[in-house]
Amino acid sequence: MLESLYKYAAPQNFYQLSRRLTPWLAGAAALLLLAGLAGALWFAPPDYQQGESFRIIYVHVPSAWMSLFVYVVLAAAGITGLVWKVKVADALARASAPIGAAFTFLALATGSLWGKPMWGAWWVWDARLTSELILLFLYVGYIALQGAIEDRRMAARAGAVLAVIGLINIPIIHYSVEWWSTLHQGPTVTRFDAPAIHISMLIPLLIMALGFKLYYAANVLVRMRCELLEAERNSAWVRQLGS
Amino acid sequence: MNPARRKKLIIIIVLVLGVGIATALALRAFQQNLLYFFSPMQIAAGEAPSNRAFRIGGLVVAGSVQRDPQSLAVSFTLTDTLESVRVHYAGVLPDLFREGQGIVANGRLGNDGTFIASEVLAKHDENYMPPEVAKALAAAGKPIPHSAFKQTP
Amino acid sequence: MNSLGEFLHMGGYGLYVWGAYGLSAAILIWNAIVPTQREKSLLRELAARSNGRSGP
Repeated sequence: MLESLYKYAAPQNFYQLSRRLTPWLAGAAALLLLAGLAGALWFAPPDYQQGESFRIIYVHVPSAWMSLFVYVVLAAAGITGLVWKVKVADALARASAPIGAAFTFLALATGSLWGKPMWGAWWVWDARLTSELILLFLYVGYIALQGAIEDRRMAARAGAVLAVIGLINIPIIHYSVEWWSTLHQGPTVTRFDAPAIHISMLIPLLIMALGFKLYYAANVLVRMRCELLEAERNSAWVRQLGS
Repeated sequence: MNPARRKKLIIIIVLVLGVGIATALALRAFQQNLLYFFSPMQIAAGEAPSNRAFRIGGLVVAGSVQRDPQSLAVSFTLTDTLESVRVHYAGVLPDLFREGQGIVANGRLGNDGTFIASEVLAKHDENYMPPEVAKALAAAGKPIPHSAFKQTP
Repeated sequence: MNSLGEFLHMGGYGLYVWGAYGLSAAILIWNAIVPTQREKSLLRELAARSNGRSGP
């Protein structure tokens, strides 16, 4: 186990493994997303209070979960790169940022499209929405930092520091609805009690969430390969790829 | 330290400081908004500000909604089951506005102790179920747990 | 046909529901295409570089 970990921490081995894995992950993600979409738009019943508008949950909640998950991956990869100087970890952090930013933007935008008809407002400055907006700023700040520093190792180090500082925001986002009075409701699924959502509505949500996760896995592998090709463009293994 | 390295270091320091300051400012602004709304009980206890606008949150009391047939004016009573406040509002109500629904209204207290709202938002809870299940629960006399407003006595 | 109309209407929330799904699909698809194209162009660039070196 540890041995294979060492093996695939080497960029050239990782590159080959990633090329083999990506089509399977992408295919599985596409199947799950299509199945989830059918469940979300067709098979799930409307909500007793919110009617059909409730279906926005199936894109809003997986996006929001992924916005947190990807950030934790980014920060963990950043620390790994900082401490053990693993190039693949640096690539993982750098490749995760644009995907995480996209999920965060989607969570905010779909939430807005849901908030207007149900709450009566596109946006409110409550603790949940504000902390999620700060998460978007953290992603954008990370991406800007990577763009501003030409030297990749320096950029990775600075990015890791920023990511770790921003990690404090993750529990704040999750618990904001419990710690403070917010317009946003409390957690439906990620809580200690049984989920407060009917099983017929829960299943498509879980399928979508898994689809989003596999989408991220496939997408981040492609982006990591690009990062590694650019970072290692003068190394022997990259030169060999060209010939 | 050579000039190129020094320049990079300065960029990093400025960026980290910038993000830090932005976060600190956001959190400061946030601090005033952390308590997004006051409950009727807090208002009865005099905790809500009297000189500026604030938000009130509670459940719409069944049978308390009075609509003016000539205009959009509406008044209703908000309760947290312990205290209640009469709210006056003129404007479009959200689709989820109904008796028993959680509501957050922005406005200020009038001299007579009623709340003059300039904006009314609906606060729903985290329960999702098909209409048939909700009906079956109601028929069985089991109340649907409404936890949009947790009571902290 | 009526059921398709109802489906698109989404109980009056069509604009919001389809807006949310359309935006999500657009961003997820765009987000997947960009790095795929970038990898292709990087590999092309690499091939061109090694051809130039080994060429006449």
